[in-house]
Amino acid sequence: MSRLLDVENLRVIFHTYRGTIKALNGIRLWLNEEERLGIVGETGCGKSVSALSVMRLIEAPGEIIDGQILFEGNDILKLSEEDMDRHIRGKRMSMIFQEPISALNPVFKVGFQIAETIAHCNDISIGDAYKLVPESLEMVGLDWKRSIDLYPHELSGGMAQRVMIAMALAIKPKLLIADEPTSALDVTIQAQILQLLDELVKIGKNAVILITHDLGVASEFCDRITVMYAGNVIEISNSEEIFDEPLHPYTKGLISSIPIIGASRELTGIPGSVPDLVSPPSGCRFHPRCDFCFDRCRTEPPTLSEISPGHFVACHLYSDGVKEG
Amino acid sequence: MKLETFIIKRLFLMLIVLFGVSVVVFVVARAIPADPVGAILGGNAPIELVDEMRRRLGLDKPLFDQFLDFMSGVVRGDLGVSIKSNRPVIKDIAEFFPATLELAIVAALISIILGVPLGIFSAVHRNKLVDHFCRVFSILGVSMPVFWTGLLLLILFYYRLGWLPGSGRVGIFTVMPPKVTGLLLLDSLLAGDFGAFKDALSHIILPAVVLGYSATASIARIMRSSMLDVLRQDFIRTAKAKGIGRRLVIYRHALRNALIPVVTVIGLTFGSLLEGAVLTETIFGWPGLGRYIVNSLLLLDYPAIMGGTLFVAVVYSLVNLVVDIIYAALDPRMRV
Repeated sequence: MSRLLDVENLRVIFHTYRGTIKALNGIRLWLNEEERLGIVGETGCGKSVSALSVMRLIEAPGEIIDGQILFEGNDILKLSEEDMDRHIRGKRMSMIFQEPISALNPVFKVGFQIAETIAHCNDISIGDAYKLVPESLEMVGLDWKRSIDLYPHELSGGMAQRVMIAMALAIKPKLLIADEPTSALDVTIQAQILQLLDELVKIGKNAVILITHDLGVASEFCDRITVMYAGNVIEISNSEEIFDEPLHPYTKGLISSIPIIGASRELTGIPGSVPDLVSPPSGCRFHPRCDFCFDRCRTEPPTLSEISPGHFVACHLYSDGVKEG
Repeated sequence: MKLETFIIKRLFLMLIVLFGVSVVVFVVARAIPADPVGAILGGNAPIELVDEMRRRLGLDKPLFDQFLDFMSGVVRGDLGVSIKSNRPVIKDIAEFFPATLELAIVAALISIILGVPLGIFSAVHRNKLVDHFCRVFSILGVSMPVFWTGLLLLILFYYRLGWLPGSGRVGIFTVMPPKVTGLLLLDSLLAGDFGAFKDALSHIILPAVVLGYSATASIARIMRSSMLDVLRQDFIRTAKAKGIGRRLVIYRHALRNALIPVVTVIGLTFGSLLEGAVLTETIFGWPGLGRYIVNSLLLLDYPAIMGGTLFVAVVYSLVNLVVDIIYAALDPRMRV
């Protein structure tokens, strides 16, 4: 399988009155064609910023200050806005957002919003694109006759997310980015939507980046998981291994904070809270909350290194002969 | 709800509002502690003459009967006879209102054509030099009173430069075109009389600019803040992610949403322009409805006051109805 996306050393900052927020601190991500990557982490760890950067949707006060994003071999950070629109956004990549109802324009009918996407992707008129809308709506399990003329406020959350999925997949993107697609939905609807997404992506052979704070959802849906913490990628592994053999203390904390029905173990969380990214902790950004922290963690930021094939971790515990503590 | 049902519902509501306004106008006119008969005849008129006048004005009847008379007149479009001009009030209004309407339309056009793009421009280039310039321009427009800008423009363009006439709707030597709509600009064009058109245009420019400037400023301000608000919304990010380009994101996705509050402001502004801009009409000697109503007030011309006020209320309700319809057309969430 060939490499679809390769993000190297991506740095994103946000200028605020309080100071500069170092939202992404030189992260690394990659994705093969037809592969599904889950990005997992707490709120504010930079997972959405990573996704928006890949779409080049970071806007003032945010700024991409360093790094490269190779998409199908081309560095899209070097493209002009016009070229991004002409060749990448809505053509090769599309995105699903967290709050489906507010992500749809309230003054346009569902049909129009899907048609607009199809029209842009295929360089056809919106009138011609309209003819393809019923197919898209049926694909996501909506009765097109009933839904094509509805406005977003007339949809339920689940229906709206189906519309978003129809819109995002109507253009048959190489890469689909789903930013917390189920977080705003009822639990029963969440499962339906994920299942739908799973089926459609299988058929469409799209590569997917799924952003979620739910490690369980990510490992079920994705081939590979990237765990992020405070603007850094701290662990990358395939989805089975991350549960069986988590390496980073933070990943371990995440897993032990997932409740398992019937399990006798105590539910433990991670002490402390997400650091302030205006003045992040020195060295490893996780060290103030880490039970295994030693001197080196306070001064030197760890780098991502491959511990076993395909399993990367950024933690001093695993470098220079120091073994699991 | 369908747009048609919405309009019918609104029309029905408007009737109720107008009935309410009629009641209020009637009650207020009777409650004013001044005697119209005394105002007409003077304090020393013989008692027989006063009684005769009372009978003629219908003031000898019980209050409720007077109200019924007034309402039945209103329903038939008869607003009574003006005491001052001794003509049906409705005829007076028909004479003065077109001047106000014409001025209001031109001023509103100026303010929409300038204000909306200015606000969009300002929002899109937020905190850049052009934005600061637009905001200063708007602040000045909102805060300078019309009689002040009016006088300044008169001094400059009429008194100093002599480029534009100082008062009235047409010059005294201009032959008025045959009356069709009462709007001189339109009538002169319909008559093919370009001389009269040019003359009418030169007369309307100054008052329209004065009125239009303050309206431009408030429209530009609300347009800017509304646009900034919309540009922060989630669906704008969706539109950007679609790759349709900045132009369509702004003019298709953001503008239609951002216009919704602006339409209200435009409607309210236009409505108040139609009431007659008394100050502007006075400064520029513009024979409009505002001056007519104020003069009637000063003379205690009761039928004219009531008729004029009621007429203004009708116009205002109509403008609001149109605003509501545009609202509903722009925003499907409103059609409930």
